Amino acid sequence: MARARKILGRGGLYTVIGGFALFGAFPFYWMVIATFKRDHDLFNPVANPFIFNEPPTLDHLRLLLFDTHFVTYVLNTLWVGLAVVAITLAVAVPAAYSLARWARGWGETLGIGIFLTYLVPPTILFIPLSRFASALGLQESLWSLILIYPTFTIPFCTWLLMGFFKTIPKDIEEQAMIDGLSRLGAMFWVVLPLGISGLLTVVVFAFTLSMHEFIYALTFISVSAKKTVSIGVPTELVRGDVFQWGPLMAGALIASIPVAAVYTFFLDRFIAGFTMGAVK
Amino acid sequence: MRMNGKAGIAEPGPKPGIRDHSGQLALCMIAPAILYIAALIGFSFVMAILYSLSDVTTGDPTLRIVGFQNFGAILDNSVFRLALKNTFFFAFTSQILVILLSRIAATALMKEFRGKWLARFLIMLPWTAPISLGTIGWLWMYDSIFSPFDWVLRYAGLLGSPGALLGPMQNIYWLGVPGLAMASVIMVHVWRLLPLATVIQLAGLSSIPRDLLEAAEVDGASPWRRTLEITIPLTLPIISIAFLFGLVFTFTDMTVVYVMTRGGPVHSTQVLSTWTFFKGIEGGDLAQGAAISLFLFPVLAGIAILMLRMVRKSEVV
Repeated sequence: MARARKILGRGGLYTVIGGFALFGAFPFYWMVIATFKRDHDLFNPVANPFIFNEPPTLDHLRLLLFDTHFVTYVLNTLWVGLAVVAITLAVAVPAAYSLARWARGWGETLGIGIFLTYLVPPTILFIPLSRFASALGLQESLWSLILIYPTFTIPFCTWLLMGFFKTIPKDIEEQAMIDGLSRLGAMFWVVLPLGISGLLTVVVFAFTLSMHEFIYALTFISVSAKKTVSIGVPTELVRGDVFQWGPLMAGALIASIPVAAVYTFFLDRFIAGFTMGAVK
Repeated sequence: MRMNGKAGIAEPGPKPGIRDHSGQLALCMIAPAILYIAALIGFSFVMAILYSLSDVTTGDPTLRIVGFQNFGAILDNSVFRLALKNTFFFAFTSQILVILLSRIAATALMKEFRGKWLARFLIMLPWTAPISLGTIGWLWMYDSIFSPFDWVLRYAGLLGSPGALLGPMQNIYWLGVPGLAMASVIMVHVWRLLPLATVIQLAGLSSIPRDLLEAAEVDGASPWRRTLEITIPLTLPIISIAFLFGLVFTFTDMTVVYVMTRGGPVHSTQVLSTWTFFKGIEGGDLAQGAAISLFLFPVLAGIAILMLRMVRKSEVV
């Protein structure tokens, strides 16, 4: 009896988990199918759409890579992402260290300040920022994105890093300072190497956040060759009203999966950093 | 004894013998972050308020303050009123679904089972992949002719034959019928926010002391009573925070609606964020765009105060 109930419970558990996994992953399965299907098979309303009724083809991938700006979008995205990561690290690392080591009174105020930046979201800021970017001569330039993306990566990464730095005992750097290093030297040579996993996490998140960003990119960039993946694929692979579904799905798939894999790998650290920052 | 400046450091300073200008150094290290944020976010926010009170357009960018007439003008517009209603419906419906589903998913993920890493990867996919690209996948799934949902319904005999439950036409037109389009968009938004909510709920569930649940079990409390009297009360703060965060996020994001429907058909999925974009950027009316974007700001501020209070409370415990 108890055993029967246990088996039933297992079955229920796998059904629930399977349902959620299917819900999450099905759109990506759908992209895989569309990427490799022949057009004749893809646009057939009668045949079973879930399987290959005709042999798979690489035509859509070829079209995507050689006849569209997709490769340019990927390169643009990499460039913006790396530049944003560099700016974020340069600004957020010292800020987080400072908050983790010295902040008591104003640390909390700043924590609230960081939180308040989420309240002033891109939908409020993009109109003035678009004027600001054009005043600086940055419209249609990737530099406008590089300038603006740190406004959301810096608060987030400062918060995350603060949690990591707090886990490093103060004694270690005090010892290093007794041994003759300055405060900055101790931070640079002792604390940062210990916090390398935190830094890596921040690199991953600053990069993925800027890769995911949609609204600013849509507002600032309209020249095809300057677009990033997240706006280039949805807006440029549609010719007039004709959706080129094969290449479109191929583009969405290629750009999604590597990021998703890396992101998932770091998810545990993300949660750890997040809760440490929140719990103190 | 050296004073530590206005940083107000209460902790014991560095060990004697170390020369260290902690106060100034701390300020210097944090200043770039504050300046960066203040310059771009603070400045733009002030500009947004000024724009909303002016008559600035992309064609005539001089700033003339005209008072509150933009707010009057946007309120007179029936599309705006519809978008306002849609925004609340969209946000609340999707967040209630997200909270319910994420609780179920998190409870299942708390258990140990084979292939857990794979299940977790698949469940997290919608959050980890760029959302505009995931939405494109859904757009193809909702296609007016080749939708797999339609195919399944036809296959099951629910659609496309005379007398079928859902009608004799071959397709549902998921994004072509007003009410249905809203449901379809909500579905995608739930899909996209579910992973994050699940992670948050997992954090909440794993923070419950195990011995508390075990003691209740030993005392003979049924699973239902354990859920109602231990799990839900103890995780309520974190659930509320997830809910409020999701609300703010939904109020202020336009990606799903923009990529799926652009607010159509006939504005039935128009929300304030997309309407801001169409009015302010595509229509070039910066002043009205700014007014629309600021319209919900008081609501956001209210939610933020609520959230801060809850965070405070849960920290005290």
